[in-house]
Amino acid sequence: MSDELKQKILHILGTVAPGTELDDLEGDVDLREQIDIDSMDILNFAIGLNREFGIEIPEADYPKLVTLDGCVEYVSAKRNPA
Amino acid sequence: MAEFLMPSLGPEMESGTLVEWLVKPGDQVKKGDIVAIVDTEKASIDVEVFESGVIEKILIPVGQNVPVGTPLAIIGNGSGVTKTVPAPEAAPQPATETAEERKPEARAQTPPEPAAPTPAPSAPASGRIAVSPAARKLAEERGVDLSTITPSAPGGAIHLADVEKAAGGAAPAPPTKAPAKLAQPAGRDLASMRRAIAAAMSRSKREIPHYYLGHQVNFAAAQAWLARTNAERPITERLLPATLLLKAVALAVREVPEMNGFCIDGKYQASDAVHVGMAISLRRGGGLVAPAIHDTDKKSLAEIMKDLQDLVARVRAGRMRSSEMSDPTITLTALGERGVDSVFGVIYPPQVSIVGFGAARERPWASGGMLGVAPVIDASLSADHRVSDGHRGALFLATIDRLLQEPEQLA
Repeated sequence: MSDELKQKILHILGTVAPGTELDDLEGDVDLREQIDIDSMDILNFAIGLNREFGIEIPEADYPKLVTLDGCVEYVSAKRNPA
Repeated sequence: MAEFLMPSLGPEMESGTLVEWLVKPGDQVKKGDIVAIVDTEKASIDVEVFESGVIEKILIPVGQNVPVGTPLAIIGNGSGVTKTVPAPEAAPQPATETAEERKPEARAQTPPEPAAPTPAPSAPASGRIAVSPAARKLAEERGVDLSTITPSAPGGAIHLADVEKAAGGAAPAPPTKAPAKLAQPAGRDLASMRRAIAAAMSRSKREIPHYYLGHQVNFAAAQAWLARTNAERPITERLLPATLLLKAVALAVREVPEMNGFCIDGKYQASDAVHVGMAISLRRGGGLVAPAIHDTDKKSLAEIMKDLQDLVARVRAGRMRSSEMSDPTITLTALGERGVDSVFGVIYPPQVSIVGFGAARERPWASGGMLGVAPVIDASLSADHRVSDGHRGALFLATIDRLLQEPEQLA
């Protein structure tokens, strides 16, 4: 389940930053250290997540999206509030 | 009756390849309509027409590379419509000589390689075949290597249909596995883009006596205002800090107008309009373009944000409009939150200044005899000393600082 979620998130990342090597991304390293993305890309990425999963993402939560693992955790938690 | 010429879409552009005609003889066009798509070394540009009228005659066929200033079509009142389009010809245009004569200095400086212009329409001489932007995008999505495709029209450009055939035509299934890497768009020669940028930057440094000023701006008020404003907005309407910087620069021009406009053949030409060019990186070594946001001083932050998002998306997809390339009256370059402390830009000729902003970093900030911490941005100005001097430049930067201290006034 989490892997399917991760694949969807990677796909959204791919549309924001085409031409990127997505297979080799490390889950716990800041994405901005691994691929060449800027604040406009992060915003577009968050918009993509908002659209795909229907979740609200306050600006204060952006730091939780900077690693792939962080994203998966965040989206998961938002979709299944405990 | 007027000739529609190949426009100059950037200081480094010497020629362009006609990729697609979007109009045909007999079509009515009005000023601003996109009539053709031209490939330069940096991107595909949607070329807008400057006059209203009827397309009477198409002079240059698809696939041909011609120097800036070459007549592409004739626009008139409709009385002289000629339907035939010339076949691609191998003979070089006479304008070729003029373009080369006009830039003897640039030629001497750059290595003796055929950067431009290429008379042969099939284009292998420059190593590039014209590709329509729709085709390029599809090739990227499907992982099709453009160099393996032969255009269906001999000597012509690769079109969407050619790519669809090569890709097998089926729509891609929703991905069950993340694509290893979406294919890089082929046909965009990074080396020639680098040469084009090199030529423009060399020319700038050769012809424009730059002076430089730096100033630290306390960004706390702006950041706090942005956080408050964005908290109340849905994600699709949030503002990036760059919008504040763009608006502040545009408004500061009203107080120090000689930072705006052009210096051509040593003579300054002021501009009433303020179109701020925003430097956007093309990523992965792809270079930089700085297309204009028109009338930046008259737009709200929300409008500037929409324009910026649209611009970045199109620029990175290789799709810009000719007016965006030729209209900037001043440029802004910002290195974003992951960049370095300061950037001193090189002026894009024929503009007369470029404003730089480094990354906003928490730094010690002394105020009223007390020491605290604030987010600080290093702002810089590189300006043409033939047009202005440090005193006016300093006033300009100080005005930008003052405007950024009252961000709600910029909205």
